[in-house]
Amino acid sequence: MAEHATEPFHAVERQREANRFGMLIFLSSEFLLFGGIFAAAMALRLENPDGYRAAASHLRLGLGTANTAILLTSSLFAALAVEAVRGARPRRTALWLGGAALLGAGFLGIKGAEYAMEYREGLMPGTATAHFSGPAEQIFMNLYFAGTGLHALHVTIGIAVLLVAAALAHKGGERHAMLVGNAALYWHLVDIVWIFLYPTLYLAGVG
Amino acid sequence: MSDAAIDTDAPDEAVVARSYLRAGHSLRSWLLTTDHKRIAILYLISITFFFMIGAGAAALIRLDLLTPQGDLLTNEGYNRAFSVHGIVMVWFFLIPSIPNVFGNFLIPLMIGARDMAFPRLNLLSWYIYMGSGLILLCVVFGGGVDTGWTFYTPLSSVYANGAVVAAIVAVFVSGFSSILTGLNFIVTIHKLRAPGMTWGRLPLFIWSHYATSVIFVLATPVLAITLLLVAAERLLGIGVFDPDLGGDPLLFQHLFWFYSHPAVYIMILPALGVVSELITAAAHKRIFGYWFVAYASIAIAVIGFFVWGHHMFVSGQSLYASAIFSLLSIAVAVPSAIKVYNWTATLYKGDIAIDAPLLFALSFIGLFVAGGLTGLMLAMLAIDVHVHDTYFVVAHFHYIMVGGSVTAFFGALHFWWPKITGRLYSEPLARIAAVIILVGFNVTFFPLFLMGYEGMPRRYHIYPPEFQLLQVIASGGAALLAVGYAMPLFYLGWSLVRGRRAPANPWGATGLEWTTSSPPPKHNFTRQPVVERGPYAYPLAHPASRDDG
Repeated sequence: MAEHATEPFHAVERQREANRFGMLIFLSSEFLLFGGIFAAAMALRLENPDGYRAAASHLRLGLGTANTAILLTSSLFAALAVEAVRGARPRRTALWLGGAALLGAGFLGIKGAEYAMEYREGLMPGTATAHFSGPAEQIFMNLYFAGTGLHALHVTIGIAVLLVAAALAHKGGERHAMLVGNAALYWHLVDIVWIFLYPTLYLAGVG
Repeated sequence: MSDAAIDTDAPDEAVVARSYLRAGHSLRSWLLTTDHKRIAILYLISITFFFMIGAGAAALIRLDLLTPQGDLLTNEGYNRAFSVHGIVMVWFFLIPSIPNVFGNFLIPLMIGARDMAFPRLNLLSWYIYMGSGLILLCVVFGGGVDTGWTFYTPLSSVYANGAVVAAIVAVFVSGFSSILTGLNFIVTIHKLRAPGMTWGRLPLFIWSHYATSVIFVLATPVLAITLLLVAAERLLGIGVFDPDLGGDPLLFQHLFWFYSHPAVYIMILPALGVVSELITAAAHKRIFGYWFVAYASIAIAVIGFFVWGHHMFVSGQSLYASAIFSLLSIAVAVPSAIKVYNWTATLYKGDIAIDAPLLFALSFIGLFVAGGLTGLMLAMLAIDVHVHDTYFVVAHFHYIMVGGSVTAFFGALHFWWPKITGRLYSEPLARIAAVIILVGFNVTFFPLFLMGYEGMPRRYHIYPPEFQLLQVIASGGAALLAVGYAMPLFYLGWSLVRGRRAPANPWGATGLEWTTSSPPPKHNFTRQPVVERGPYAYPLAHPASRDDG
C-alpha cells in the first residue's frame, strides 16, 4: 500500500502529526464534558462533607477497585497494541486490541452488576423503589449514576472503536497505524476519566 | 507577500472557468463537497435562513410591545417568541456566523493552505448543524418553548411547557458542530501554514479565530453536560438541579454561565478579527501594535473563562465571590480597549478609503464601545443590583451582539464578497445600507437603555403606559433596521447576476487571500505561496487597481 498524504497535506509526516493533534484536542473537549460532573461533586462535598462521605460508603468499594484494575490493564493492552503496530505485527495488534475490548466488556459487566444491586437497595434515582435517607444521599446517587452512566457510554463507544481497529489490523499501513494510535488515545481517555471518578465517588466513602 | 503567488489582476474567462464555483454544478457536488469554500457557502445560506427565523420572532416581540397591554400575543405566546428569538439567534446564527462562514472560507486562504486539516470533518460539522437546526425547527413549529434561551432550572426541568427536551437536544447537538469546527481550525492553523507563514505573520483574523476555537473546544462540552443533566432530570428523574430531587438550581446557573459567558466571546472575538482586517485594508496601513491586538484576543478568551459569576450577582452567591467576579469582569475591558485604541491609531494618518466595509467597521467600533462601557457599568456590583434583569442588560448585550457581531458580519460580507463570488456589488447602495443599519440599530436599542435604567424589566409582555413612547420608538427603529438588513439581500443578489467581475484584489489589501484569483481556484492557489513579509506590509509592492472607486 503506497503511503502518501491525502488532500490538504503535502507530507505524510505532517498529516500524522495533525491527526494526533486533532485527537488530543477532541479528548480535551471530552474531558471537560465530565468537568461539569466533577465540579458538581466537589461543590456537594464542600457543602456537606459528612453527608457526602456517608452516601459514598454505600458504593461497593471492592467492585470499584476491581474495575479500576481491569481498566488500567486494558489501557496497558491498548498501549501494547500501539507498540505492535509500530513493529508492523498485525496479528499481535489485533490480539492486544481485542484483549483491551474484552476487558472493557468485563468492566461494563461488573458495572451492570453494581447497578443491579443498587437498584435492589432502592438507591437508583427515578425508580419506583428509590428511597433516600436525605438530600445529600439523593444528589450523591444522582451524580453517581449520571457520571458513571456517561462514562459507561464512553466505554461502550471505546470498545466499538477498539474492535473496528482490531478488525482492520490485517490491512496494515499508515492509515491503520493512525487509527490504532487514536483508538488507544480514546481508550486512555476512558481510563483517565475513571481514575478521577474512582476517588471522587468510591474512595470518598473510606474512613 | 510572494510575487510568484500573485495572479493577474484582470479577471478573464480562464480564471472563472477554474474557480471553485465551477468545479461541479450538480447538487451532489455541493452537498458532498469537502472544499472549505463551498462548505462556507452552505453555512452562509443556512445561517441566513436561521437569521430570518430569529428576526421573525424579534418582529413579533417588537410588534407586541407597541401597546402596553400587549394586544398581539398571549403571555405564553410572548414567552415563546423571545425564547425562539434567543435560542435561534445565539446558537443558530451568532455562534456559527462569522467562524463558520468567513473562518471556513478564509482560514486556509489566509495561511496559504489548500483546505482545512480535516475536510470531511468540516462537512460533517455542517450536517450536524443542519440536523440540530431541523430539530429546532420542529420545536419552533411544534409550539416552541417558554424557558428563554438560558433554560434556567427549575423552570426548564420541572415547570416549563412545550418541547423543552427537544430544544435542549437541538442545542446539545449543535454544540458538536462547534467543537468539530474549533478542532479543525486549531489543527489547520498549527499544521497547514504555508512556508514562511510564522505565527508573527498570521493575520489578526487568524489569531481571533484561534482564540475562538479554544473556547469552542473547552467551553461547549460544559454546556453539553449541563443540558444533558437537565434532560436527565426531566426524563429520568435523575435530579442534579431540582431541590425536590436533592439538587441545587444555582448549580445549573454556574455550569450554564461557565459555558455561556465564554460563548459571548465566541460571538464577539471573530468580529474583532474581522474589524482588524477591515481597518488595515481601508487605512492601507500596518496595524498599530500587532502583538497587542493578537494577544488581546487570547487574553479575552482566557479571562472569559473566569467571569461567569457576574451573571449571578443577585442569585445569593457569596459576596466575596461576587466581588472577585466583578474585578475579573472589569479586567476584560483592558484587552477590549486595547483593540479599540489600536484600530483608532491605525486609522490615524492612514490613506483611508471610505468604502462600505470601512463604514461597517466604524459602526462596529462605535457600537462596541457603547456596549463595552455599559458592560463595565454592569460589572460593578452596585449598579448591577439596580439594573439586573432590566432592559438595560438587554440593550447592553444587543449593542455587543447585534451592534458588534452582526455589523462585523455585514462588514465581512461586503469586504470578502468579491473574493467569494468574483463579483462587485453596488458600492453606493452598500454605503446607504451601512448607514441605515447604524441608525436603525441605535433607534431600536438606545431607548432600551433608558427604559432599563428607569426599571423596565426584561421579558415582560405587559408594561406600564409611561414606557409606551420609548417602546414605539424602539419598534420603529426595528422596522428601519429590518430595511437595512434586507437591502444587501437585493444588491448582493443582483451582483451575482449582473455584477462586474471582481479583480483579484479590489481593495488593494495585503493578505494571501488577495493574491489568488477571485473567485479562487478549487485548491486555492495555483502555486504554493511562500510568505516573506508580515501580514500588513503596506504600501503594496504591486499597487492593485482601485478603479471601483
